[in-house]
Amino acid sequence: MADASTSSRGDLKLTRITKSYSDFNAVDDLSLTIKEGSFFALLGPSGCGKTTTLRMIAGLEEPTAGSIHIGTTDITTMKPYQRPVNTVFQNYALFPHLSIYENIAFGLRRRGIKDVKSAVDKALDLVELPHLADRKPNQLSGGQQQRIALARAIINRPALLLLDEPLGALDLKLRRQMQIELKWIQKEVGLTFVHVTHDQEEAMTMADTVALMHDGKIEQMGSPADLYDNPKSVFVANFLGQSNLIDGKIVDSDGDNFVVDLFGQKVSVLKSRSSAKDASVLFGIRPEKLRIQPSDADKPGNVLTGGRIVDVSYIGVSTQYQVEMPWGQEIMVFEQNDDGIPPLAKGDGVRLSWEPIFSFALDGHEDATAGSEVEVSE
Amino acid sequence: MAFLQAAAKRANSFTGKPSRLPYLLLLPGLAFLSIFFILPILNLAATSTQSPAASGEIGSYVQTFQFSNYVNAFLESREQFARSFIYATLATLLALAISYPLAYAIAFKSGRWKNLLVVLVVAPFFTSFLLRTIAWKQILGENGPVVGPLRALHLIGPQTTLTASAFAVVTGMTYNFLPFMTLPLYASLDRIDPRTLEAAGDLYANGFTTFRKVTFPLSLPGVVAGTLLTFIPAAGDYVNAAILGNPSTKMVGNVIDSRFFRIVDYPTAAALSFMLMAAILILITVYIRRSGTEELI
Ligand SMILES: Nc1ncnc2c1ncn2[C@@H]1O[C@H](COP(=O)(O)OP(=O)(O)O)[C@@H](O)[C@H]1O
Ligand SMILES: [Mg+2]
Repeated sequence: MADASTSSRGDLKLTRITKSYSDFNAVDDLSLTIKEGSFFALLGPSGCGKTTTLRMIAGLEEPTAGSIHIGTTDITTMKPYQRPVNTVFQNYALFPHLSIYENIAFGLRRRGIKDVKSAVDKALDLVELPHLADRKPNQLSGGQQQRIALARAIINRPALLLLDEPLGALDLKLRRQMQIELKWIQKEVGLTFVHVTHDQEEAMTMADTVALMHDGKIEQMGSPADLYDNPKSVFVANFLGQSNLIDGKIVDSDGDNFVVDLFGQKVSVLKSRSSAKDASVLFGIRPEKLRIQPSDADKPGNVLTGGRIVDVSYIGVSTQYQVEMPWGQEIMVFEQNDDGIPPLAKGDGVRLSWEPIFSFALDGHEDATAGSEVEVSE
Repeated sequence: MAFLQAAAKRANSFTGKPSRLPYLLLLPGLAFLSIFFILPILNLAATSTQSPAASGEIGSYVQTFQFSNYVNAFLESREQFARSFIYATLATLLALAISYPLAYAIAFKSGRWKNLLVVLVVAPFFTSFLLRTIAWKQILGENGPVVGPLRALHLIGPQTTLTASAFAVVTGMTYNFLPFMTLPLYASLDRIDPRTLEAAGDLYANGFTTFRKVTFPLSLPGVVAGTLLTFIPAAGDYVNAAILGNPSTKMVGNVIDSRFFRIVDYPTAAALSFMLMAAILILITVYIRRSGTEELI
């Protein structure tokens, strides 16, 4: 067991993993490959099955079906203590009766390593808390406990480090700071990190690859930019940032583009950005990608006319507008305050324009509110 | 008293001026203890050095500061003293061996039966101590459910009886004091966050190592509390020896009982009581020091 952490290396592969509880599947036929050495974020609203997935990888929960591999080693039925996997628990779960030093040394000692001092000192240095070695966990602040939990896991150099909302209990400022540090530490030690979070900003800033989970399934997986710019479902479009979704119909095809009719006005969208199943689409455009001009201005690109500003909020770097369109829908627009032009006023008639490459088209039969904050908070 | 001063200081930081509240809250308790504990103790101490009055009247004693009472009392009941501590130790170990798995199962494995099981552990307390001890005598007796099977299995000879023996006294004490052991054990095991146990597994500790390195150390306050709560009353007990024992299983409690109520030899009874108290105090001080749980008491 002494070489548990070195014997199996490679990509983590979940194959058709299901975890059933009495009446529903917490994780539902989920397949996933995580590249060795990557920073992977498992993102999703509370209750979507993130912790359950992580616990199955750690061996704390047994999958109802499916298999888990690290490299070529099948670890599906291994006991937690046999797996080259370590976890930073949601509540840290430090050993209250042991000193910080002994907490960090725990994993090494269990694997029969006698001389732990230099490794423990290095781990303490890595998390910048060498002066706390003799304290007990309850004498530490939340942020310090969090770092010790990280040091206690990292010292074992596992093939895979699992982090379950490790920053959840910290205040915003400390959280942002720890996000940067975690990312730095991951680069430094070069281990595969699987980071679970329900905070989309956290996932986007830290991870190389983000998997967005919903109801026990992976909704979409890719780089943060890919997920943001090219969402494949309403859930993804609404969960990551904000989206304006407008009912439309594909009426024509023009080279690489579809021509879409939005309540009588024609716009275009890249075919590669369309996941429509038939002519009916939800046409999506991010609020910050929209340009807003007085009705009489003339701008090329995609244009929607006939808007009227119903609300203006000035927030320093940007101005947020609510624009009511002729068909009654309100569209959100974020304008950078970088052009020296004073913001438009409530009641002004406006037109909206954007570069065609910034828009996307989703299956028109989906519920346009899926994944929005209103739905998530329920 | 250090914690009192700390508490007073903390109160200061809220109100900005010295607070007498912590001391006032202590008054009723202090008054109660002075009247019903300290005064009687002083009285007992005074009694322990008295000698028979010149009148020769039975039960009448005068203060002569006769410290040799202690020496005589000890020399006369050395054997019962030793027996008290041996029986109490055996009963405590037996109770620990029975209670630990029981408390562990209730805390970690009982699911929704947890509360019911805790009530069942305490249930014997709903009947009187005396009654339970007499019941134990019936259970171990000739027609009870224990002797028959043991004889059938040839674990004891056909003539052997279980009552009126050291075995009956020790098991009786174990039975009587079992909840004192189980409850603190359960309380400290139940307080353990199961995630710390998962963390141990995650950090390469198998089931047994997790128990040795995490579960047991975290339950140590319960072990110490339970053993003290069992050992102290067991060492001073005389009911079990009186009902379940024979003349050669007498404990120091029985000697005190007979000196006090039968022979009305108050000074000897008082001296024995003091020595028992001192012995218990010394033992538990050493015990708490050794187990490293001073801060928990
Ligand atoms: N032991 C369990 N028994 C029954 N349901 C459970 C159990 N553990 C988790 N669940 C349910 O499974 C779903 C997913 O839980 P979890 O993986 O903890 O979600 P997340 O970590 O994404 O918030 C939730 O609806 C939760 O209530
Ligand atoms: Mg969770």
